[in-house]
Amino acid sequence: MLAAFPAFAGAYALSVATLILYFAYTGQAWNVMMGFAGQLSLGHSLYVGVGAYIAGGIFFHWGIGPWAGLWLAILLCMLLGLVIGLLAFRFGISGVYFALLTIAFAEFTRIGFDHLAWTGGPGGMFLKVAQRDTWDIANFRGPPLMYYYAMLFLTCAAFLGCYFLLRSKAGYYWQAIREDEDAARALGINTFRWKMLAVAISAGMTAIAGVFFAFYYNNLFPEQIFNISRSIEIILGPIIGGIGTLFGPILGAAVLTLLSDGITELLAALGWEFPGVKQVFYGVVLLAVVMFLPHGIWPAVARKLRL
Amino acid sequence: MILKVENISKSFRGLRAVRDASFELPEGSINALIGPNGAGKTTIFNMIAGVYPPDSGKIVFQNREIQGLRPDRVCAAGIGRTFQIVKPFAGLSVMDNVMVGAFLKERTAAGARAHALSILKKLSLDAKAALPASSLTLPDRKRLEVARALATRPRLLLLDEVMAGLRPTETDQMVQVFRDINRADGLTILLIEHVMRAVMALAQHIGVLHHGEVIARGRPDEVVRHPAVLECYLGEETEV
Repeated sequence: MLAAFPAFAGAYALSVATLILYFAYTGQAWNVMMGFAGQLSLGHSLYVGVGAYIAGGIFFHWGIGPWAGLWLAILLCMLLGLVIGLLAFRFGISGVYFALLTIAFAEFTRIGFDHLAWTGGPGGMFLKVAQRDTWDIANFRGPPLMYYYAMLFLTCAAFLGCYFLLRSKAGYYWQAIREDEDAARALGINTFRWKMLAVAISAGMTAIAGVFFAFYYNNLFPEQIFNISRSIEIILGPIIGGIGTLFGPILGAAVLTLLSDGITELLAALGWEFPGVKQVFYGVVLLAVVMFLPHGIWPAVARKLRL
Repeated sequence: MILKVENISKSFRGLRAVRDASFELPEGSINALIGPNGAGKTTIFNMIAGVYPPDSGKIVFQNREIQGLRPDRVCAAGIGRTFQIVKPFAGLSVMDNVMVGAFLKERTAAGARAHALSILKKLSLDAKAALPASSLTLPDRKRLEVARALATRPRLLLLDEVMAGLRPTETDQMVQVFRDINRADGLTILLIEHVMRAVMALAQHIGVLHHGEVIARGRPDEVVRHPAVLECYLGEETEV
């Protein structure tokens, strides 16, 4: 159904659908760390940004398509995640303090990129806009349809990957750590190692989204891509859809993106456009979900459907 | 001897919680560590389980020194433990809780599930396997605590006040469970317990701790007649 969707969708609907898939995918990636292993990251924009800049930079400077840069992006983001994890988990930084550490890393990477000439500094980096009519898969340049399918593939792959992870030893160990770390240790779990694995997988997955971001939007600014609001956007989907569930991030991304786009359109039609309307809307939805469905929408839906 | 504790001591900010404590557990035996509140029972327990290392002394498990190892290493070496204040993985099902323990020795989810189920049956929790752990009553939570520890296939099981808060009939059931496991698998058990009903019914050897020192060791009937034990539990005998 989703594969056939573009056949009857207009350009606008296709871009919204791509955005939904993008947030579903990044939400799924974040969910591995927070939803499964219980490690709250508020700095996932770090991995999006670094992933985007690496693949984008390699393409921009040397004309090499993203397939080489992709692996470098994944590797470097995993390494970054592991450094953060090492600092935090070795020195017993957890919970809110861990979250602050992730914000700090995203923030000073942003400042660092502001001073990095190779990526264009605060002025940004611009990739040559795609040839809209041909599918240049080697360079990942093509029509919006290509990006839609790429994101659809990624979202499905992430869902399947997470499905199997959750049912494997790793999934059980992560959830045990999330629920009670002392009890997990007493059952022979090397919590340090398993938390590091969660961070590495989550960071690597998010790096892929970053590469997509670079080639889909074609322009990168440190101020935007590393911004904390980008991190928040990533985590809103799973929070609203249901943290720790497989369908939560997808459902949450769909609900949020559709509603916020719908409301923005509606307000525009009424002539009530004002800046920040999206943020206000996110706040209201988050408030409503936390108050009425504290475990997210998906668990409530699943109960109704007796899943 | 499966476990030898040799002269271990532990101080917390100058307070000597445990002083030169020594004892041994014969393979396949059921042992109890008793003593008044604050005697250092849980401290000894935590040192064996790797929560913190002893300041001095040795802990030898199956001819290997384990003092100072991390809790997960101690568990992997073959020592399972329960927590006095139960720590179920509240968001997971009863089955999943036990599977987490089973994964220590099982690679696949199917293997872990099969092993977990056999343990749930032993503890009569199999009917509740699908329920969330958070929905269990206290006696069941205590059982789950034991099931999870057993799922790691330990050679020595440390039980921290598993009988506390249970009714006498529930205590008797639990005693029976431990007897069965001990008899069937030859599992060595060390329990810390306040409930003397359970201690007297289960333990073949008892160690008595007072002010961080082992003041008496022996069979249950010997220990309860030991003058030092009577003194610490009942106060000194006085001529009237």
